[in-house]
Amino acid sequence: MRRGFIPGSCALLALLALISAACEREERQFRELPPMSGRQNLPVRLTDLQPGQALPSRIGGGRYEGNAFAISEGKRLYQWYNCSGCHFQGGGGIGPPLMDELWIYGGSPRNIHDTIVEGRPNGMPSFGGHVPDDQVWKITAYVRSLSEQVPKSAASGRSDHLQGPPSEQYRKLNAEGRKLETQPQKARQPG
Amino acid sequence: MPAMSAMSAILIPDWVGRHSAIASAGPQAGRIEGLWWLMFWVSTAVFVAVMVALGGAMARRPRILGDSEPPHALTPEERGRMNRLVGGAVAVTVVILFVLLVASVGTGRAIASLSAPHAPIVKVTGHQWWWQVEYVDAVPGRSLTTANEIHIPVGRPVLFRLQATDVIHSFWVPNLHGKRDMIPGHDNEIWIQADRPGVYRGQCAEFCGFQHAHMGLLVIAEPPAQYEAWYKSQLQPAATPVTARQERGRQLVQSLPCALCHNVQGSQASGKTGPDLTHLASRRTIAAGTLPNTRGNLAGWILDPQTVKPGNHMPANTMASDDLQALLDYLEILK
Repeated sequence: MRRGFIPGSCALLALLALISAACEREERQFRELPPMSGRQNLPVRLTDLQPGQALPSRIGGGRYEGNAFAISEGKRLYQWYNCSGCHFQGGGGIGPPLMDELWIYGGSPRNIHDTIVEGRPNGMPSFGGHVPDDQVWKITAYVRSLSEQVPKSAASGRSDHLQGPPSEQYRKLNAEGRKLETQPQKARQPG
Repeated sequence: MPAMSAMSAILIPDWVGRHSAIASAGPQAGRIEGLWWLMFWVSTAVFVAVMVALGGAMARRPRILGDSEPPHALTPEERGRMNRLVGGAVAVTVVILFVLLVASVGTGRAIASLSAPHAPIVKVTGHQWWWQVEYVDAVPGRSLTTANEIHIPVGRPVLFRLQATDVIHSFWVPNLHGKRDMIPGHDNEIWIQADRPGVYRGQCAEFCGFQHAHMGLLVIAEPPAQYEAWYKSQLQPAATPVTARQERGRQLVQSLPCALCHNVQGSQASGKTGPDLTHLASRRTIAAGTLPNTRGNLAGWILDPQTVKPGNHMPANTMASDDLQALLDYLEILK
């Protein structure tokens, strides 16, 4: 037996053990904790305009933003609860588009959550009480992935149907590509 | 002992144990069972023969390994005997394998030949992790939707159209037939006939995610008259509440998250993504063959389905105790 074989294989085994430790990307939470939407005193502000000195707004709450499983659950629920009936695949139709940068009622996770729960004038139904709160947060995370606001590693990598728009991850990649291309120093050289 | 058997009759539902490919209840399953026993006895005979030969070889002290004698080359007679033995064993093996091949192909042909005009058509769609069951009739008013429990008439071929919406599942009722995959975007068909009335358990036979093991179904084969009566009762809209509590239960089904996924024919609950609840109380199990359909199981399932079947698509529901009792009162009348 060659010298160094045993230390070498031990090192290889240790390396494999290290690699396998990295296999679990994230935890899947099936039993969600009780609702997270307990009202705080701070308002959810839809505008930056405030009289006098600015007070903070109630923000945050997007605890699923980096969770690929929750975002893909949100994607499934977006179809199940017929969000696509008005907003289509995010491009909008009867309801406003969700994949652009314009947010009528705010684009933070808390804003989107409240829009779903409370409803909005001129057509957006109020889903509070009809959709469990953790599912609203999952849909929120998915809606934000439509406009490329969640990490690329968490955005959905494929769609469940053969037809349909490209996946959110693909769109995110493309969006980054667009940004790169618009920077002058990264402009493509002919040839 | 009678007391004990009565106890077991109460505690153990009648479909437990009715899940076996070697207790066939139909012509195709009978063919498969025949092939199974042929292979079993042939394999047993081969195993016994090999063991006897091995034992004989071990019992005979090989001369070439004698302590005093040096090893010697085989004599021409010894070589000839060995060649004949090995050649004979190879020939027997080829013949056995050929017989099994012919039997297997014959069985495949025989079980694929069942069909009949005007047979009932049952469309079964695999979902994570339950079965949607639709009886398709040329008259729209005679089509119906149910879940996880399929009734079929005895002695008559029934055509199953198999589909899936999310991932690949496989439809397998071992007492009645072999497996058939359910593939998204590709319809499969399988003909099934039950000759003996009974309740037969089925199971998803293609790994389909967390709760693949808890994706069961029941096939209930009944005499034609009984089947027709069942069919007629399933065509009816949901039962109307009588008491105030039942009425309150209906309001809850319509207003709580239930209505977003579940359908109760004749009410405002018209979701299409979860199992149809119109005749929930007529079914023997809940959660796709996971639990017997009792009031207690139903209550536990509604409040905390993620403990019973982690990962399934039904969310936990929090509600006041009074509301839960009213909801159960209503669900129990949905015969």
